[in-house]
Amino acid sequence: MKIFVCIKQVPGTNEVEVDEKTGVLKRDGIDSKMNPYDLYALETALRLKESHDAEVQVISMGPPQAADVIREAFMMGVDGGALFTDRKFAGADVLATAYTLSQGVRKMGDPDIIICGKMTTDGDTAQVGPEIAEFLQIPHIANVTKIIETKEKSMVVEMEMPTTLEVAEIEFPCLITVEKGIFQPRLPSFKKKLATEDREIPFYSLKDLEDQDEKQYGLNGSPTQVLRIFPPESNTEQEMWTGSGDDLAERLFNKMKEMKHI
Amino acid sequence: MAKLIIHQDKVVSNPEELISLCPFSAIEYNDQTLSINAACKMCKICVKKGPEGVFEFVEEEVVKIDKDAWKGIAVYVDHVDGDIHPVTLELIGKAREMAQKVNYPVYCLFLGHDITKKANELLYYGVDEVFVYDDEELKDFRIEPYTAGMEDFISKVKPSIMLVGGTTVGRSLAPRVAARFRTGLTADCTILNIQENTDLDQIRPAFGGNIMAHIYTPNHRPQFATARYKIFSAPERNSEPSGKITVCDIAKEKLASKIMVLEVKEKEKVQSIEDAEVIVVAGRAIKKEEDLKMINELAELVDGMVATTRPLIEAGWADARKQIGLSGRTVKPKLIITCGVSGAIQFVAGMNNSDCIIAINKDEKASIFDVAHYGLIGDIYDIIPKLIEKIKDNGSVFLNSVMQ
Repeated sequence: MKIFVCIKQVPGTNEVEVDEKTGVLKRDGIDSKMNPYDLYALETALRLKESHDAEVQVISMGPPQAADVIREAFMMGVDGGALFTDRKFAGADVLATAYTLSQGVRKMGDPDIIICGKMTTDGDTAQVGPEIAEFLQIPHIANVTKIIETKEKSMVVEMEMPTTLEVAEIEFPCLITVEKGIFQPRLPSFKKKLATEDREIPFYSLKDLEDQDEKQYGLNGSPTQVLRIFPPESNTEQEMWTGSGDDLAERLFNKMKEMKHI
Repeated sequence: MAKLIIHQDKVVSNPEELISLCPFSAIEYNDQTLSINAACKMCKICVKKGPEGVFEFVEEEVVKIDKDAWKGIAVYVDHVDGDIHPVTLELIGKAREMAQKVNYPVYCLFLGHDITKKANELLYYGVDEVFVYDDEELKDFRIEPYTAGMEDFISKVKPSIMLVGGTTVGRSLAPRVAARFRTGLTADCTILNIQENTDLDQIRPAFGGNIMAHIYTPNHRPQFATARYKIFSAPERNSEPSGKITVCDIAKEKLASKIMVLEVKEKEKVQSIEDAEVIVVAGRAIKKEEDLKMINELAELVDGMVATTRPLIEAGWADARKQIGLSGRTVKPKLIITCGVSGAIQFVAGMNNSDCIIAINKDEKASIFDVAHYGLIGDIYDIIPKLIEKIKDNGSVFLNSVMQ
């Protein structure tokens, strides 16, 4: 069994601010980490590796320093991985990102299962996984909360629906996105760190992909464009109340009565 | 092809300064040469903020699509066994508001089994036409047949905009179909607006709500957007139905699937905080678990539900389903009272669309006051018991007057 896990390097913190005048993102340093949701995807893959003797590969797209998260995945126990990095991938939206990763999957071989985290913490879209599956023309199930059984050519999973839980069997090859909490992710191991220190991480660029049409990648392959970024607004009409506990309780009581909640 | 070019000959300032222009650290200086690496997000800040002529953005003319070939705003009907999810009505409300501006029809797409009768209900909300695909292959949500159904609808009707609820189903289906049409999709929009040229303004939070991004889809149709439940307001139900229902056929083989649904389980029945009209939130100022009693009591008195911030979930004092915030639930009640909540952005992003926010906190600098409509600077251990007393007294006064 062959499993690919898609992972991403994200900013270490979401505490970013926008300069209101210039519309420029203020970021301190270049602190970054593995997308926390990807840890659940990795753990899911590693459990299958242990129980079904699967081979686990990770795929990431990003700048050269994103190789750090691939190293981290090695320390957790994955067998190998590659980084897809090219200036021509820059400015990719969901569609172009998913397309690049789907090309990356093709480059790396034919997996039985592709596992993605539920979403990333910087983009928050939860859309890349399903789009990869579409480009590869394989079925997918999002929001998997449990893996019930893994068979030779299919797996049975439980997925979260708006008001119910569904148990479904999906044929390989397939893609699943997993909810956080599906398994408790393991910590990177120092022993594995030493053992994988010299393991090579291939860097692939556009010229290594099957489809080398520049128009499909990066900003050029992105139907959506960011017009501008700005800080979130706070509510405009605001009142601050001070006073003794009795006063405040009284005013609050009257306000709630006025709003017909009492 | 759009790309950024650096004119090395025009570099007169310190390369360090130029490197610092980029918020993504994508500008490098090696061997006396400036270059842009794969970290580039094509944000063009270097072009806008850099010294004139150094960075240039070159764009090739792209073939413009015919936007007039796409008309109308379509809403995907999110449902389980024909029970329509309320986010659908909220999207219909938003669709109608936008459709009016450009004189567009509003459509609904309803995929399922034994649902044709239930489609009638949608006609009470001002929809022009409901397209129904009723087939046993569509009984349970499975990605391939549902994608095929939506694909068929879009190819036939050619809506300019496709709105999908940000439920677990919507967030799985919308990207799949958007990718099939090679078009753009913006997730979790909080503001939607339509331009006269029918381009959709899509505004959504990014970086966990710390910044807002205004996104648009200039040259692709349909324009896909998802919005979460409780972001927009549902319209009033009309007393008379209007519009029509069109039942569509689709070839059986298009509905083939490699997924078999074996079992549909009921989730444990707990009323979700998303459905509550009034929410009382317990924050970190709660010192011990038993102090939650006063929060519960207050919530009961005003017919509301209790929710909490993340630290209380981590302490094991409440069920994770009661957590508000980015890693929890998004709520939009009529009234939310936060008790000793500091107002971390992750929390605020999950509740700042509430109709009325009342915040109680000792610290006048707490960031919760930035979003509160009414901010009470004081101790919850002082104010809440007194408020509870007053509400109880009021109740008894009321009871007395009824009894007399």
